[in-house]
Amino acid sequence: MNRQNNISQGVDYVVVWLYAVLVAIGILCIFMVEYRTDTNWLQSFLGGKTNYSKQLIFSGICVVIALLILLTDSKLFTAFANLSYILGILLMLSTFVIGKNISGSKSWIPLGGGFNLQPVEICKIFTALALAKYLSRQETDFTKLKSQVIAGVICLLPAVISVAQHESGMALVYFSFFLVMYREGLSPAVLIIGFSFVALIISTLLIEPNTLAIILSVIALTFLYLSRKNIKKRKGLLYLVLVIWFACVGIQRFAVPFIFNNVLECYQSARVYSAFGKDYDCSQNKRSAKKSDKAPRKPDDYNVRQSKIAIGSGGFWGRGFLKGTQTRGKYVPEQHTDFIFASLGEAFGFAGSFVFLMIYLFLLIRIITIAERQRSTFSRVYAYSVASILFFHIAFNICMTIGLFPSPGVTLPLISYGGSSLVSFTILIFILLRLDADRQMVLR
Amino acid sequence: MSVFNQSRSRVIQIIFAAVFLVITIQLINLQLFSSKYKLAAENNAIYRKIVYPDRGIIFDRKKRALLENTISYDLIVTPSEAKGIDTLALCNLLEIDTAEYKKRIRDAIFKNTSVKPSVFEPLLSPDMYARLNENMYKFPGFMLSERSVRTYPYNTAAQLLGYIAEVDTAFLRKHKDEGYEMGDYAGMNGLERTYESVLMGQRGIKRFIRDNKSRIQGPYENGLFDTVAIAGRNLYTSIDVEVQQLAEKLLQNKIGSAVAINPRTGGIIAMVSSPTYNPNVLTGNARRKNWGRMVMDTAKPMYNRAIKGQYPPGSTFKPLGALVALDEGLITPSYGIGCAGGYGACGGVYVRCEHKNPGHASNLRLALANSCNSYFSDIFRKAIDNRKYGSTIKGYLKWKEYMNAFGLGRRLEVDLPSEDRASIPDTSKYNRFFGGPKRWNSCSVLTLGIGQDMMTATPLQMANLMCIIANKGYYYPPHFVDSIENETDEDTVLMGKYRNKHIVTNISDSAYQAVHDGMHDVTVYGTAAYIKIPGIEYCAKTGTAQNPHGKNHSLFVAFAPKENPKIAVAVVVENGGYGSVAAGPIAGFIMEKYLNDTISKAGLARVEEVSKTDLIPSAIKNWYQRKDIERQARIAMEEAAARAEEKEESHKGSTEAQLEPESRPVGGNDTGNKSKQIKSSLLLNNEPRKRRDTGKP
Repeated sequence: MNRQNNISQGVDYVVVWLYAVLVAIGILCIFMVEYRTDTNWLQSFLGGKTNYSKQLIFSGICVVIALLILLTDSKLFTAFANLSYILGILLMLSTFVIGKNISGSKSWIPLGGGFNLQPVEICKIFTALALAKYLSRQETDFTKLKSQVIAGVICLLPAVISVAQHESGMALVYFSFFLVMYREGLSPAVLIIGFSFVALIISTLLIEPNTLAIILSVIALTFLYLSRKNIKKRKGLLYLVLVIWFACVGIQRFAVPFIFNNVLECYQSARVYSAFGKDYDCSQNKRSAKKSDKAPRKPDDYNVRQSKIAIGSGGFWGRGFLKGTQTRGKYVPEQHTDFIFASLGEAFGFAGSFVFLMIYLFLLIRIITIAERQRSTFSRVYAYSVASILFFHIAFNICMTIGLFPSPGVTLPLISYGGSSLVSFTILIFILLRLDADRQMVLR
Repeated sequence: MSVFNQSRSRVIQIIFAAVFLVITIQLINLQLFSSKYKLAAENNAIYRKIVYPDRGIIFDRKKRALLENTISYDLIVTPSEAKGIDTLALCNLLEIDTAEYKKRIRDAIFKNTSVKPSVFEPLLSPDMYARLNENMYKFPGFMLSERSVRTYPYNTAAQLLGYIAEVDTAFLRKHKDEGYEMGDYAGMNGLERTYESVLMGQRGIKRFIRDNKSRIQGPYENGLFDTVAIAGRNLYTSIDVEVQQLAEKLLQNKIGSAVAINPRTGGIIAMVSSPTYNPNVLTGNARRKNWGRMVMDTAKPMYNRAIKGQYPPGSTFKPLGALVALDEGLITPSYGIGCAGGYGACGGVYVRCEHKNPGHASNLRLALANSCNSYFSDIFRKAIDNRKYGSTIKGYLKWKEYMNAFGLGRRLEVDLPSEDRASIPDTSKYNRFFGGPKRWNSCSVLTLGIGQDMMTATPLQMANLMCIIANKGYYYPPHFVDSIENETDEDTVLMGKYRNKHIVTNISDSAYQAVHDGMHDVTVYGTAAYIKIPGIEYCAKTGTAQNPHGKNHSLFVAFAPKENPKIAVAVVVENGGYGSVAAGPIAGFIMEKYLNDTISKAGLARVEEVSKTDLIPSAIKNWYQRKDIERQARIAMEEAAARAEEKEESHKGSTEAQLEPESRPVGGNDTGNKSKQIKSSLLLNNEPRKRRDTGKP
């Protein structure tokens, strides 16, 4: 095969460049966070002691991995898709046995040399491959409910495991596959119902229970009044509206408080509440109360507040590279990983943040464009998976740093410090590029 | 299948774009329209270190420093960093218990949040500082911070100089725009308060960048916004420290006041209110120990009687009565009356006179020298019933106007806070008292003419009156500060009122001469005849003011020398009896010391004698005795408790014994008994405690 002589053939260089730019920005941001005036930065860059130099090493590793992926045959991915998925699930399960506890979640496998692997990061790739494999099977008819349920289970199994590992943020990311399934024919009702459910929960938090019940009733009555002619023809519609209304009020009055008080842990509930500017009273939380006798401590929204201060103080043009006091003073916790966007926002202001967002958006649109030019279902589904995972990561992470969403603890793709994250996104993207390069081949 | 769902690609792209749009809108909101975040970031990251300037020094007229600055240390805590330290060890060093420690930390957090440093223990004693300094490394979150503290090398003029203290919330509210912050010290009384803006200087601010643990990262913008501390400016006063010390000594064991003014400038040479206290007991860490006792003291050592005490001027008022009549043209210096032992023209009211011999009031000079009550009752009625004004009320109002012009019944705006105006009653007061404007006349208020009735004056007002007489009709408002170092325009405005000559009367020099002669005669053959200043002729007037609450107040006003007066004095000794007995010698020695710069050998013995004369009312002595008994009982109980605990030494007992080892009593006439020194430093009159002290081993 002549492909091995010329691996660059058919590779989408736009994505490669965007990838390289983002990784470079990431290293720059980590450097900005770690920088101290009194150290020789060149030395520490090469020393391997600081996080930015580690990230530099990771990116070197990523170059190797990317080249290896581009060198492999794209048939390999379809062949090993299911196998890798099973491997990923086993890896995730193994953390319960050999896992290492890092910042409250026992989801890491120590690799030695100070490096740790988080299987849930890697498992996203395998899940994407497995979903693509399943949907591209000849015998799969995605219009059937059974196939949809199987696809949903494939996607949500790792999510369930990661919730058990206290990595609820990562679990959220697995919901991104519903976007892919929607593209492949899942009824939009699923998305709409899901969205409505989220909207209902948010409004439960924001609006007084009684007021919300009245608002819901008014909406239901208005709908009944507007469609009174239809109802005369079909009695079923009336019952449907009544059932929806009843379900909504039930969720709002009982289910949501139940979830926050009995299902979620105190800190999680408090995070959700604080994202909408509310205080959560931990004394109501049954789970925390059960765990320890002492009164649950009320966590505050320090992270998000400091992050908002950092971003807000950037202004239009930013405070300049290495000049942000919030960043230099390390006021934002986790500012080299989850909250790295705060440093970027402070240093480069609105202008920089906007350009940065546009790079991301351009990358996402580019990936969708790539997806749509695939001839094989496998490649298309996989490409959509990549776009959706990236999108969920970006949206959750940035919304968290700017205070639009409770902090779920997901990384900013290609920017946040961390080998697992960088490597897994690299693999994710370069498998896509390999598949795309072979788009002329029909891979079923 | 793919063809079927192609349009959904667009939907997904729209979802992406919509979410990015929401993010962008929030970014616009945060970064472009919310200015509070920039401020919040600065509050986070910029640490403003206040550099305290040295406070200005107050000098006396010979450029001797009445107070100085020394360094003391505060123990500062940042509660959020002071976690996990050996609390017990620190408590042991500070000699407090852990409950007190927790309370202070709570207070600090409440007052100043847990991330900002607040004062944990202010003004450490030198040995406490030494002990802490060695162990500081054990207590992260705690640090020692320098603070400049006042000391008073002459142990004198406590009430005049005032004191500085940490500002409280009430002070901050009152002086909102003057840049004070919690933890600052400001002048709270006396000259420290009045000239606060001059003395405080300008604080410098250094800005540093700090991290989330409040560790300093370096100067902010390389010190571009830093300001330098500008030291407070010095004050040069007219106080003569030696005269002040002498006057304080003379007033020991008495309740009263003395004021000496240079009539040519209005500069106050000495001002004493007894009992006074040693200013060193209200500085540094001594303050907390002594403050409560000072405030509770029934003799009010912090109360400046010289500007707040209200006394009927009695006979010392007579020269002013004469001046009013002279200025109005009602009498001439040669006017005289025949007095046969009293003034009876009013029928119901009969004013007795000390003298019966005929001719003792045949002219103004004689009437003054003999302090004839009849004469001054007569001329007072002339002033009130002056036909020119038509009615008693109008006559009285004109008379009151004179009083105010001479500085009575109004504030003289001396440069000390909370001066009292004393009282020249308004007509409304008499209307109320007598039941209507028609119900009283010059006879009803006759004793105003001899400085009694409802009129009162402060010792400062009396001394100022002497200045007017000495100057033959003008005065400068009495004040302490002659000049301010590097005087600014603002200071010139502040000082302007003290440099403004006030002309009070249009009486001719010859008429004044009659008053001067009369007052001179007082010192030659009159009531003050036995009080002499070696080599100096002086003019004086004694006064014995009736006191409804007890023994008469003794008053004495004087100026010296007779020609070209250089000092005017007023002395009041409460319950002192005759003016010439208690107050007279005090005034004499003050003038002698100021004019001759020394006191004759014979005088020195007399000074000791006067100083020891005890004129404190028994009610106050009884109060001290009661307090002493209570304290002894408390000490005994504590000792018993300590013994019960089988401790080697009770802390309370040892603090009692070394309460104030560094302070010396002003008088210096002590026998060396240590615990007696303590008391006398606190309160100059140590007499009431003698019994108990001698009873102690």
